[in-house]
Amino acid sequence: MNDFMTVLPEATLTALACLVLIVDVFRRSDAVNVTFWAAVFSVLLVLSQVAIYFPEQSGLAFHGTFVHDPMAAVLKSFMLVVMLLSFFYARDYFQRRGSTQTEFYILALFAGIGMMVLISAHSLLTVYLGLELLSLSLYAMVAMTRDSVEASEAAMKYFVLGALASGMLLYGMSMLYGVAGTLDLGALSGAVADESRHLLFTFGLVFVLIGIAFKLGVAPFHMWVPDVYQGAPTPVTLFLGSAPKLAAFAMAIRVLADGLGALAGEWQTMLVLLAILSMAIGNIVAIAQTNIKRMLAYSTISHMGFLLLGLIAANAIGYAASMFYVIVYAIMSMGAFGAVIMLSGPGQESDRLQDFAGLARRSPWIGFLMMILMFSLAGVPPFAGFWAKWFVLKEVIAAGNAWLAAVAVLFSLIGAFYYLRVIKLMYFDEPESPRAAVGAGEDAHLVFSVNGIAVLLLGFLPGSLMSVCLAAMLVNGG
Amino acid sequence: MFEQIVFYCFAGMLIFAGSMVITVRNPVHAALFLVLAFFSSAGLWLLLEAEFLAIALVLVYVGAVMVLFLFVVMMLDINLAALREGFARYFPVAALVAIVMMVAVGTVVGRANFGLDKVAAPTPRPSDYGNTTELGRALYGEYIWPFEIAAVVLLVAIIAAIALTLRTTRQTKAPKPERQVLVRREDRVRLVKVDAERQS
Repeated sequence: MNDFMTVLPEATLTALACLVLIVDVFRRSDAVNVTFWAAVFSVLLVLSQVAIYFPEQSGLAFHGTFVHDPMAAVLKSFMLVVMLLSFFYARDYFQRRGSTQTEFYILALFAGIGMMVLISAHSLLTVYLGLELLSLSLYAMVAMTRDSVEASEAAMKYFVLGALASGMLLYGMSMLYGVAGTLDLGALSGAVADESRHLLFTFGLVFVLIGIAFKLGVAPFHMWVPDVYQGAPTPVTLFLGSAPKLAAFAMAIRVLADGLGALAGEWQTMLVLLAILSMAIGNIVAIAQTNIKRMLAYSTISHMGFLLLGLIAANAIGYAASMFYVIVYAIMSMGAFGAVIMLSGPGQESDRLQDFAGLARRSPWIGFLMMILMFSLAGVPPFAGFWAKWFVLKEVIAAGNAWLAAVAVLFSLIGAFYYLRVIKLMYFDEPESPRAAVGAGEDAHLVFSVNGIAVLLLGFLPGSLMSVCLAAMLVNGG
Repeated sequence: MFEQIVFYCFAGMLIFAGSMVITVRNPVHAALFLVLAFFSSAGLWLLLEAEFLAIALVLVYVGAVMVLFLFVVMMLDINLAALREGFARYFPVAALVAIVMMVAVGTVVGRANFGLDKVAAPTPRPSDYGNTTELGRALYGEYIWPFEIAAVVLLVAIIAAIALTLRTTRQTKAPKPERQVLVRREDRVRLVKVDAERQS
């Protein structure tokens, strides 16, 4: 396969994103759906390309700056599916508010390009550029509702802290480049093996890890997460909290495992600290929240901590467990924010926990699906979230860190409280004031149902997705 | 020997300008010191035989970016007192972090690890060696993929800037003359029957 065919999905998405941009400029001012369907069509086309050109082996393109391997293809497919569903949620939200803003879809498409570049990065340069393309689109998406003070504040915080984290990452990368003399991750992994320069590489590693931790939203680099999740418009939060996590995971694997694999001893210790801190802060602080978006933000922090546990094992099975975790998490968190969108009225957000009171009686089906999602996020068997935690914990114990697994289980138990509280609110509490049934449209109901049932099905058949992840990671060389 | 003197001149100037940027009170002066910092680093790049980059740095950063920067700084009414608020309160923590960082960076980036015996000086190129040609080859050959991505990043920057500031007819309440002339009397005037005097 020549270089251009290898990057066909990325190239197509770029071309289509530009096309959607032009369509958006020339459409009638009230024909918002034209842009929407153009964006949906673009994602579908790219998704089919990724599926058709599914690679057996890993191959490099463009002088080793781009890697095409099963891990990239699997993550890209799930990223595109999540993006597609988030478009439907977003349309429902914007439609009911009578908003004609379509920049969401365009910026999301560009963020998608960034994510695909990041997932397939095989050079520090492409890692950085992919990340910047993704982040820049996300900053703009958060700031989109200009009239909202909260959204502007969130965007400002996200932008400033994000720029700082990018600076850290860049400093670490320049350090690695200065010592190794190469940006290529394959050549870097060879250079890192040199014991005599261990200290220098570790110094670079610290800064790179800070950058990765910030993008994943792991404590103690989590300060932006709750404010941004709460302040951003809900569809943006939904997008921000699902698809980019897949890309951030890929970034961690590419840089830490592929590039700096020889330093595993160093980054394992750092990851243990990050993981424990995140699980502690995420799960305990979430209990005190009354806003569901903020609560889910802290839940994200704890889940990302859990995700890091799989990387600590530093072998292919551990990475596969983490990959399973991040895919399941992206689907679950999309569903949870989807529920917040379904509940929001034409004029106001319904993001207080109280808004969920008595939901099961008003809209039994949505309440039921939300219950599945909450059980899954809490890690109750037999839902997908349980298996995600199970696979990761199995690897942690296999790597000889039984105490770490015990800590993780303990914090998950604490975390179960606030997920179950949502279920209690939905099924056993009465709303403060009488409320109408959920007013979301037909297609939002359909997407939400698909989302909830996917979590249920993955819970009954976790083996198939896990074997896909494992096969991808084994090709990657882990 | 001559090269070393030039290097120390430029390096000293760079450090001086850099520290002035963050210490002077007047933001315009800070921006001007930043210009000096760019000039000195351009001089250092010349010593490294990167002529094209040195000139590009002066042309792009000094010529375009900093001029724009100066305009912005002059247009914004920056209140220094508000910016310096809380300086004393944060100083101890900041100083601690800075000292720890300095010690850490100092132990790593130093003669022991980056001395001339560890990293050899680049061999001088022949006089017909073209820095610009090599740069072009690298940019459009080896690094074509990152280069294209960088182009997309710039495109997103444009889209984001427009999306965040543009207020077109989609959002404004500007009058539309073509619709105004079509207005009929019945659309605007409503006759209300009001009694001439209060009913008793």
